[in-house]
Amino acid sequence: MNFYSDNEALAFHLHHPGMKKCVDMKERGYAEKDQYDYAPRDFEDAMDNYDKVMEIIGDISANVLAANAEEVDHQGPSVENYRVRYADGTRMNHEKLTQAGVYGIALPRTYGGLNFSMVPYVMAAEIVSRADAGFANIWGLQDCAETIYEFASEEIKREFLPRIHQGATCSMDLTEPDAGSDLQAVQLKATYDEKRQLWMLNGVKRFITNGDAEIKLVLARSEEGTRDGRGLSYFVHDKAWGGVKVRRIENKMGIKGSPTCELVFENAPAKLIGDRKMGLIKYVMTLMNGARLGVGAQSVGLSEAAYREALKYAGEREQFGQAIIKFPAVYEMLAMMRAKTDATRTLLYETSRQVDVSKSYAVLVNEGEKLTPEQRADMKLAQRNADMLTPILKMFSSEYANQNAYDAIQVHGGTGFMKDFPVERLYRDARILTIYEGTSQLQVVAAIRHILNGNLGKYIEELAAHPVKADFAHLTTQLKAMTETLAAAIEQVKGMGSDELIDFHARRLVEIGGHIVMGYLLVQDADRCDCFRKSAEVFIQFSRCEVEKHAAYIRTFVPENIDLYK
Amino acid sequence: MSFRIVVLAKQVPDTRNVGKDAMKADGTINRAALPAIFNPEDLNALEMAIQMKEKIKDAEVVVLTMGPSRASEIIREAMYRGADGGYLVSDMKFAGADTLATSYTLSMALKKLQPFQVLISGRQAIDGDTAQVGPQTAEKLNMPQITYAEELVDITEKDVTVKRRLERGVETVKSPLPCLVTVHGSAQECRPRHAVRVMKYKYAATPSEAQQRGSDYTEWFSQHPYLQIGEWTAADLDAEPERLGLSGSPTKVKKVDNVVLAHKEASVMPATDEAIDTLIQELMATHVIG
Repeated sequence: MNFYSDNEALAFHLHHPGMKKCVDMKERGYAEKDQYDYAPRDFEDAMDNYDKVMEIIGDISANVLAANAEEVDHQGPSVENYRVRYADGTRMNHEKLTQAGVYGIALPRTYGGLNFSMVPYVMAAEIVSRADAGFANIWGLQDCAETIYEFASEEIKREFLPRIHQGATCSMDLTEPDAGSDLQAVQLKATYDEKRQLWMLNGVKRFITNGDAEIKLVLARSEEGTRDGRGLSYFVHDKAWGGVKVRRIENKMGIKGSPTCELVFENAPAKLIGDRKMGLIKYVMTLMNGARLGVGAQSVGLSEAAYREALKYAGEREQFGQAIIKFPAVYEMLAMMRAKTDATRTLLYETSRQVDVSKSYAVLVNEGEKLTPEQRADMKLAQRNADMLTPILKMFSSEYANQNAYDAIQVHGGTGFMKDFPVERLYRDARILTIYEGTSQLQVVAAIRHILNGNLGKYIEELAAHPVKADFAHLTTQLKAMTETLAAAIEQVKGMGSDELIDFHARRLVEIGGHIVMGYLLVQDADRCDCFRKSAEVFIQFSRCEVEKHAAYIRTFVPENIDLYK
Repeated sequence: MSFRIVVLAKQVPDTRNVGKDAMKADGTINRAALPAIFNPEDLNALEMAIQMKEKIKDAEVVVLTMGPSRASEIIREAMYRGADGGYLVSDMKFAGADTLATSYTLSMALKKLQPFQVLISGRQAIDGDTAQVGPQTAEKLNMPQITYAEELVDITEKDVTVKRRLERGVETVKSPLPCLVTVHGSAQECRPRHAVRVMKYKYAATPSEAQQRGSDYTEWFSQHPYLQIGEWTAADLDAEPERLGLSGSPTKVKKVDNVVLAHKEASVMPATDEAIDTLIQELMATHVIG
């Protein structure tokens, strides 16, 4: 079994035409081939590397992670002497992936990484999540390395980054009992110790995923007397320095293998990342976007797992003298699961490419390279698209993962409610996806301004301009009509004249926009491979009705009636 | 490198996933119907070899395999997991070799790899299940041997200590080097492919493979010695021709029978204490338990 090679959609997205630009930018003239014996010689060589490393991850995911998932879910982690003890399977998973040398996948080679583009990095997260969405957090927190790489001093980079490839685990310590969605309220205190030339952290963090990690990024209040986000800085703490205790771990509904910790910091030494006061407003916001992309990957991986379980069962289970997959009520559910999975996956990799290009430009700028006006414009566009698509992806993929897990149980009937089949675990694991790293409601907040200011409209225009074969004309015609509906709905909402009404309808607008984007991306996929034709047709059929529903709600809404909802 | 560990490995048909096309009408294995894989216990041996390398300064792991040209696949596979290089012994003259001719051929190849300190292989290959090739090779090279190894306890530049898995327990033995170790399937599973190693070694090839890949590749290949997999034919081995292949093989397969395993007679007993007592006494009498 191999979770990469058994899923043709993955190689399809990995080999998207847009990859040439991503990889060329990441490898910068393929100059490192003379310095590192594992650096690629050219684009084809790099793509071949990606394929081969995805195969390694697909192998370990299918044969180790997936095989351990049930046991990890039952055993879970525990706390002994203020330290987390992972479930046995979790330890084995981490050990195998470390042995395979796949941690630090996106980091530059000079820090022990593989220097891969974001696309295979995100794909690895999807593959791991299909096997065990809970373990995907421990895997995915290597994202912290990205933050260190982008913002920390060279000295801190040299100290911490090479350890990622060796298997050092990470955590990002943001939330506190009174600071969840509202991180401006963070109170954990950072004071500078002149004698030790280190910052000292004191306070409590709560709901910290993988909180006993070796490398911790901690958001703390460095400016005494401040009360908002501008008084917060970002720090790195090494577990070996001591000072952090795990007081307890949460007993959760799902992703049980991933320890969620309450931490007590008592004079825990730390080093400042980047500049003071920029912790929340710059670094955490960047980290958060990466984490949201990670949840997108986790959601798509879980959707894939749910779809496959449901498909298998529906083909095997017989009722009324035939396999239940023969009944319209069942095959419709399966077709929708497949379409939602394909739709969010194509959005996942489109977003990844935009993030990738934008990050590659950021590296050039950081290194003081002068960009041409065309490059500058291209960088801005990629950044804007990345910022816009990330919350749309996070919202849709996590909501669909929940719907798919729900339907996977429904297909199983009473059997699915039992612990004997993996779908009940998928259902529990899925539930957090619409909540952490920003709830769906907060994704709407992040996405809506791009819809109101016309950014999304411009992006949709670009998608519409992409030529496809004539036999997809009936789909693009429908998408054009939906785009007009969106424009009208935006005007109606703006015309209602209050910010509160805009907030009230924001989700409806974001959903309409998301449907159009995923619809166009699916048509492009179907144009490249017939294997996506069905999903494109099924999804756009569904989208038409969803868009119409939301538009009708807005059209018929009487603004004064908002009071009825209070 | 002063300390050389040679892994004997074999590419075998995957007999664990046997379908109905696995055997030809004449009773021989239909290799085309079965995927070629790294013999599973040789992977255990490779893992132990890599563990040895990790304990000895400046040690190297070299894989030696005999087989058709595509058997270079398992040398690359070993390199992806931790081996430093390998040699393929390949010649039509080796075809039809039994364990005697095989061990002779390998021993002649190993003479070219001397001095080495450890020779290590899987206990047996899943296609022949003889467990003879390792010990016969060691005999020809006049080396001590440890069979059924399950765990590496220690290794120094002079000796190796290994736990052996025996039918009724575990035995820890120490042997001076050089020595042969054959590894049991209960030993530690081989580590996965390492991403960096895969990217580094994916173009590794024998000289014949390199030629087929075209001129652009040949230059790259010659500039990077670590990509070069050794390739030896009968002529390179200084071997006596009559001891190779079919002519060097006294083993002849006379006939292969298709056996259909049938149920033996089953007995049904009631779920009472007396019946269970009777069953237990019966099992003790036939030494199944006790």
